[in-house]
Amino acid sequence: MANAADPPKGSFRLSMLVYDTRYRSITIQIVALFLFMALAAWLVDNTIQNLRTLGKDFNFSFLWSRAGYDINQRLVEYTNDSSHGRAMLVGLLNTLLLAFISCVTATIVGVLAGVARLSKNWIVARLMTVYVEAFRNIPLLLWIVVFFAVMTESMPAPSAFRGDDPAASMLMFDTVAVTNRGVYIPEPLFYRSLGDIDLGIFLVSVDLLAIIAALVLGFYVNRAIVNRATRIQEATGIRPTTWWQSILALFGPVIALLVALGFHLGYPELKGFNFGGGTHLRNSLIALWAALTIYTGAFIAENVRAGILAISRGQTEAAFALGLRPGRTMSLVILPQALRVIIPPLISQYLNITKNTSLALAVGYMDLRSTLGGITINQTGRELEGMLLMMLIYLIISLSISAVMNVYNRSVKLKER
Amino acid sequence: MTEPQPHEIPREIDRSHMQVSDEVAIEIASMNKWFGSFHVLRDINMSVNRGERIVICGPSGSGKSTLIRCINRLEEHQSGRIVVDGTELTSDVKNIDKVRSEVGMVFQHFNLFPHLTILENCTLAPIWVRKIPKKDAEETAMHFLEKVKIPEQALKYPGQLSGGQQQRVAIARSLCMRPRIMLFDEPTSALDPEMIKEVLDTMISLAEDGMTMLVVTHEMGFAQAVANRVVFMDQGQIVEQNEPKAFFNNPQSDRTKLFLSQILGH
Amino acid sequence: MAQEYSYVRTEMLPEQEPPSNAIGALVWVRENLFSGPLNTILTLASIAVVWWIVSHMSGWFLNSVWQAGSLAECREILDGATGACFAVITDRWEQLLYGFYPSEFYWRPNLTLLLMLVALAPVLFPGVPRRLFWFSAVYPAIGFWLLWGGSIWPPLVVLAAFPVAFVVYRLLEPVNGILAAVAALVAPVLWWFLFAAPIGGALAAILPGTLEPVASDLFGGFMLSIIIGVTGIALSLPLGILLALGRQSDLIFIKTICVGFIEFIRGVPLITLLFTASLLLNYFLPPGTNFDIILRVVIMVTFFAAAYMAEVIRGGLAALPRGQYEAADALGLDYWRAQRLIILPQALKISIPGIVNTFIGLFKDTTLVVFIGLLDPIGLSNAIRATTEWNGVYWELFVFIGLCFFIFCFGMSRYSMYLERRLKTDHR
Repeated sequence: MANAADPPKGSFRLSMLVYDTRYRSITIQIVALFLFMALAAWLVDNTIQNLRTLGKDFNFSFLWSRAGYDINQRLVEYTNDSSHGRAMLVGLLNTLLLAFISCVTATIVGVLAGVARLSKNWIVARLMTVYVEAFRNIPLLLWIVVFFAVMTESMPAPSAFRGDDPAASMLMFDTVAVTNRGVYIPEPLFYRSLGDIDLGIFLVSVDLLAIIAALVLGFYVNRAIVNRATRIQEATGIRPTTWWQSILALFGPVIALLVALGFHLGYPELKGFNFGGGTHLRNSLIALWAALTIYTGAFIAENVRAGILAISRGQTEAAFALGLRPGRTMSLVILPQALRVIIPPLISQYLNITKNTSLALAVGYMDLRSTLGGITINQTGRELEGMLLMMLIYLIISLSISAVMNVYNRSVKLKER
Repeated sequence: MTEPQPHEIPREIDRSHMQVSDEVAIEIASMNKWFGSFHVLRDINMSVNRGERIVICGPSGSGKSTLIRCINRLEEHQSGRIVVDGTELTSDVKNIDKVRSEVGMVFQHFNLFPHLTILENCTLAPIWVRKIPKKDAEETAMHFLEKVKIPEQALKYPGQLSGGQQQRVAIARSLCMRPRIMLFDEPTSALDPEMIKEVLDTMISLAEDGMTMLVVTHEMGFAQAVANRVVFMDQGQIVEQNEPKAFFNNPQSDRTKLFLSQILGH
Repeated sequence: MAQEYSYVRTEMLPEQEPPSNAIGALVWVRENLFSGPLNTILTLASIAVVWWIVSHMSGWFLNSVWQAGSLAECREILDGATGACFAVITDRWEQLLYGFYPSEFYWRPNLTLLLMLVALAPVLFPGVPRRLFWFSAVYPAIGFWLLWGGSIWPPLVVLAAFPVAFVVYRLLEPVNGILAAVAALVAPVLWWFLFAAPIGGALAAILPGTLEPVASDLFGGFMLSIIIGVTGIALSLPLGILLALGRQSDLIFIKTICVGFIEFIRGVPLITLLFTASLLLNYFLPPGTNFDIILRVVIMVTFFAAAYMAEVIRGGLAALPRGQYEAADALGLDYWRAQRLIILPQALKISIPGIVNTFIGLFKDTTLVVFIGLLDPIGLSNAIRATTEWNGVYWELFVFIGLCFFIFCFGMSRYSMYLERRLKTDHR
């Protein structure tokens, strides 16, 4: 006789595939898998047929063929005899450069605006609100086009700087020229340069490596100084003043290196109809940089504001009640907690900046999309391969940035029950 | 005859050190405070001697929390004088710092720092305000954590503790600064019933050590057992104050009678 | 020593006015604007900045020319003074709003917009009569017919697939639940591929109801932005919900597909997806199919927004206490009923700010269609600036376009605040 406590016995029936919870999930997944594979097979089959009809095949050999077009802003050597692959590399480096400098300046602008928006000063807070709302509600592409138009149409031509009574003059003690062909700033030059290393793909300036090494050295020395100060504080309670030591440690090695290398600035000068010497920052780069900075800065400001507001007033009150001054309260209690809330969306904004650099084609800046996804596929007709390669590269960059965010999140997670 | 109070204090209280001295700890004279144009504290006159245990009660909105928050300058008063341990509370930052290091405060919502361990919560202020070496600060912290009976939690984080444990840590954290006066702003109101007892026990042992305490609370059992004075506030002013026995058995004002009937009658 | 504590107040004190040095406009100014040296400097600097901007812009704005035929004419009228040439707007506003849509048919987009507002009313506002929902359900077909023309029957027949699915489900449900669900999914597909064309053709023969057709490449301007934006928004919300649920699912395969899809879409710029829509979709579909470009763009934009929406809703689902899921299970609700009645309403309410942000981002992203040759407002402004009459004008166009976008997006964010306030049923 079947007892209620006995597990149900019985032979396997086909309807159990659907109703029994043990089998149901597997059934659904297997069905989904079949549907997915069928869909994939259909897409691939269509693609093969279409390619055959158009007489194209699927290969990436175009990357090695001659590009035949010029790129006016580049970080590495490139001529129109170089290959499409090299053009792609130039575009990628341009993308990364623009993304990096925009991230840095957008963070600075965003943090300042976010903190200012929380200020008790009514005018400053309202001004920041106007800034944030204006930039968040207008498309980025419009801002890019606006800044570019301002640069190209409102700024004086280089010829306006000529003559004894020029219509336009240089800024910052005659070192910076803002024209409608771009901005000319002084460039760093070395009398006793250390030369370059040829890595085959591109040249690496040894001077740059040395400067980076000096900065890293300074960073580690500074950390040692701070650690020593903390040890002294733990032992005696008094913390030695270290700010002058920190400045010396961070900047000393770099300054010494620059002096040793014979650092001086090359100034832009008006030669004929154009400026020569100095570094030429073209309008497209300036417009994109400015637009990305100010646009993303508005979103970062909101993230910063939300992060600081997320910390309840009680934390500040408890710190004050214990006798902590406002400065110490901010650095020991509020900021560590606020950063946990601020940094993940901040990294999302960095991701957005990197993806938004693809708007560069609107102003003629040759980023990855303009080279690989623009001129290259137009010339070679390899749309499928080019697009897939481009999407893959962007995907790799995005996933790397996301991975960084995940690592950060895990490392600062607050421990709970 | 009143009903049995919630949280009757069942244990024996050691009153040997609970003495009220003649020295004045806090002096409040003709103090008025406004929030914008709302007159939240009206003509407060109060004198607290060292060793007193004062319970402040009253309906919500009566200004009791605001009153004790004025004592450590978390709120500013607009007229009158507040003198704590001989230091008058003005906008002079040095005076405020001096007062805050002598006065400890325990909040309704604990306000522990969630990114620091329990030990670090307790040593933060001694290290950065009193500039005590880390080892000594940790010793003091462990001493007070033992006093509140949770020394084994020292390396955990606040998020890993229960509400009652967190509030006891908050009390220990304030004690690490060795204050001479302790303020409690509804310390048990945010706790589950089974945890109120452990916090009240901690407060009683503080009183047994002779600490000067001002407690805003609804725990009338605590008031009856430990307080030497009960202050009733309504509409921003002190309406009645008396010794606990006289206060609970013989309230004079009608408002007091109404309040007591509401809070004790269920 | 015991002290005399007892004290009873006999008369309650009345409320008094705060002292004059604690309240008043002057005090507010002093505390908020000039409370310290840093604050004073900031205030003065801000006032200086505001003054500089206003004085420069007001001169330009107030001195504007609204009627002129070209930029050169504007300059003549201004005669050397600085001023805005808003005549470009008066001259070209129709183009900016409608693109190259034939002007004799402007009543059609206007009517479509009006009917859209009517169709959205029951969705957005609670006080509107519920019967209007029937109109909202039919509106997509009507809107499509009004804008693109042709016979009214094809869109209606396509839309009819959904009631067909519903009827099939209801008929088969008493027989077998699973069979009913599968049939409800298969029926619309069969309807679209087999029955739609013949039935549409037959109905068209009986009752024409046609409007003059308008080709997709004539669409442009804000009309195009609104079409892509609203359609993308409407379609991406249900898809985003499904993706979010799939990502939470216990079924590993479904979860992997959803995660893969979401991470892929979020990892690539929208431009690459638009390029895919315009160039590559033709590779993936059977030879000879030719989709309308706007439809392709709407599909891609929907996928894009749905991926971001899925992340936002996932945050909302995660914020829900576990107890809600357990309570739904304990009540005996199956997965879909639990989601529909208990989980999703709460999760969506929590996610409202994020959802509206995604909508605003989507609407702003519609400007990117300029890169695949569609004429959104920015593309049109480039075209206008390239004509001989208006070569060199830029501020006025950008101000107009920027203002329109600002009004739309700011309006949406204000609406989201209103919605949050209205739905604040959990905490008093």
